[in-house]
Amino acid sequence: MNEARFRWRTLFLLAYLLFALLPIYWMVNMSFKTNQEILASFTLLPQQFTWANYATIFTDASWYSGYINSLIYVAINMVISIAVALPAAYAFSRYSFLGDKHVFFWLLTNRMTPPAVFLLPFFQLYTTLGLMDTHIAVALAHLVFNVPLAVWILEGFMSGVPREIDETAYIDGYSFPRFFLTLFLPLIKSGVGVAAFFCFMFSWVELLLARTLTSVDAKPIVSVMTRTVSASGMDWAVLAAAGTLTILPGAVVIWFVRHYIAKGFAMGRV
Amino acid sequence: MKPINQKAWWLVLPVVICVAFSAVLPLMTVVNYSVQDIISPERRVFVGTEWFAAVMRDEELHAALWRQLTFSLAVLAVEIPLGIALALSMPARGWRASLVLVLVALSLLIPWNVVGTIWQIYGRADIGLLGAALAWLGVDYSYTGDATDAWITVLAMDVWHWTPLVALLCYAGLRSIPDAYYQAARIDGASRLAVFRYIQLPKLRGVLMIAVLLRFMDSFMIYTEPFVLTGGGPGNATTFLSQYLTQKAVGQFDLGPAAAFSLIYFLIILLLCFILYNWMQRVGTADREGAGHE
Amino acid sequence: MFAWMVWTTPVAVFFCCIALMLVGMTVWEIKAPTVSRKGFLPIATTRGDRLFIGLLAAAYINLGFIGLAGKLAEWLSLAQEPSIWISFVVSMAVLALILRRG
Repeated sequence: MNEARFRWRTLFLLAYLLFALLPIYWMVNMSFKTNQEILASFTLLPQQFTWANYATIFTDASWYSGYINSLIYVAINMVISIAVALPAAYAFSRYSFLGDKHVFFWLLTNRMTPPAVFLLPFFQLYTTLGLMDTHIAVALAHLVFNVPLAVWILEGFMSGVPREIDETAYIDGYSFPRFFLTLFLPLIKSGVGVAAFFCFMFSWVELLLARTLTSVDAKPIVSVMTRTVSASGMDWAVLAAAGTLTILPGAVVIWFVRHYIAKGFAMGRV
Repeated sequence: MKPINQKAWWLVLPVVICVAFSAVLPLMTVVNYSVQDIISPERRVFVGTEWFAAVMRDEELHAALWRQLTFSLAVLAVEIPLGIALALSMPARGWRASLVLVLVALSLLIPWNVVGTIWQIYGRADIGLLGAALAWLGVDYSYTGDATDAWITVLAMDVWHWTPLVALLCYAGLRSIPDAYYQAARIDGASRLAVFRYIQLPKLRGVLMIAVLLRFMDSFMIYTEPFVLTGGGPGNATTFLSQYLTQKAVGQFDLGPAAAFSLIYFLIILLLCFILYNWMQRVGTADREGAGHE
Repeated sequence: MFAWMVWTTPVAVFFCCIALMLVGMTVWEIKAPTVSRKGFLPIATTRGDRLFIGLLAAAYINLGFIGLAGKLAEWLSLAQEPSIWISFVVSMAVLALILRRG
């Protein structure tokens, strides 16, 4: 590899990382300050270092149960999304059937509805079904935008796998489920990793639907956070601490799927 | 050509049921809202196309639509090239790859209301890092006072927040290119640019289409972040479509007009995405045909 | 059960038409599979594509007409705004044209 090019690439990467991490640094920085310090002075490091904001979150049940609720519905959503998207993506990438392109595009259109007005029918639909304030309700509602995305991502990765592999496997006497699970799935690991991460991410940060469909028992962290705005002003420090904590589960998820993303297509070395 | 197999419908059916369950009934309901004046579920009047007419003739909305289009195009123009460049410069393997991957993804994981709040402090000249740094450089910057500054800040925030999405998709796409392709290119003595143009870009077509459409749809419906950061101001500088819609729906609680607005909004996104989708597919096919003739 | 959907007859009729169209297109497709062809539209289309494009075009024509109806009444000094049925007929004609020639 060319030495000068390598240096430019590294420089660019470092510059981007600086741009990407400074706001996050500022958030973490804020989370160790007091509200007074945040608003009164510009300090690169907390002058009066405090754990109080984190203590608030870990000792108040309404705060930490928010994290648990979010994790539950996000996990349900992720599992359902990937489980239903895998066979569908396989069908779209391997066969043509009646209305295939139209169904595919229709799936995408479900990401295109501006939420403000659609919240009310969602609320009423789930009330009618008696699912209000349950984790499953939020998980189901989030399927609307996560399933199309998962199908789409997986379809892209599956199309990259040559069809001869399927044909050879069927000739060798593999049944469809066995072929799919033991041969095909390992080939599209990176796609599954990316799709799982995106499902996690979009469900984790979604605020409007999650807030509308829950009140007490399944109240997610994103909606607990809006509490920090009160008549006496904003509780910046606790919000920053809560924000810092919301990054962690996602960082763990991406840490687990990183190999799938980075390793890519196993066929490359055959 | 893909073989025709109608049984493939059985594989797709679960997805259709999952999505239709939560998508079709609400859509029908919103269409119902849009043709009625609803005072309460029992007291409602059919008004025909009146709300649609009101929305179509709303001058403020036209302004918001143009602002929105400009913003979304700016988002695409910055984030797509930056995301590709980032994906190309990320290390391919080893612990560095893992570390960079996690660091790059961090900004995606922050809830949207927190993103706005953080930038609100971050951009302030007296107590925020960005604002203070700009002030130190002698730039007269205030996202609350100056319309251009506010617009650029919202754009910068969006770039910061969402470029990782483009980068991660492209990175995964790049990793799926077999090494044999690069080896062949090396034997042919292909330049770096040729490798990008004829090997990497065609392989990225699929993920790029996802990235472009996702970023387009999502930036077209951007709401929470600018709402928290600038509240749509100063003046109307950052009042995008979705914000205007929410002012109508929640602020004035006009369900009918807001529903009509939503449907028109949906039709605009639908048309633009349809054009974008077909255009990108055609570019891709032309590319492949061109390669075939060589 | 479905009271919350605040149904009105015109909307119900509209969705029934859409559903019937989808069923009709499916039956037609089974009886006589469509071939992708190139008409006056910039892309090669199948019957289903043309139906979608036609419906989208029809929606835009109606919306545009509603938006301009006030201005039209002014220019032509009409006593009242022209009826929505005019644009409805025009849009259906466009839909038919796209289906046949697109």
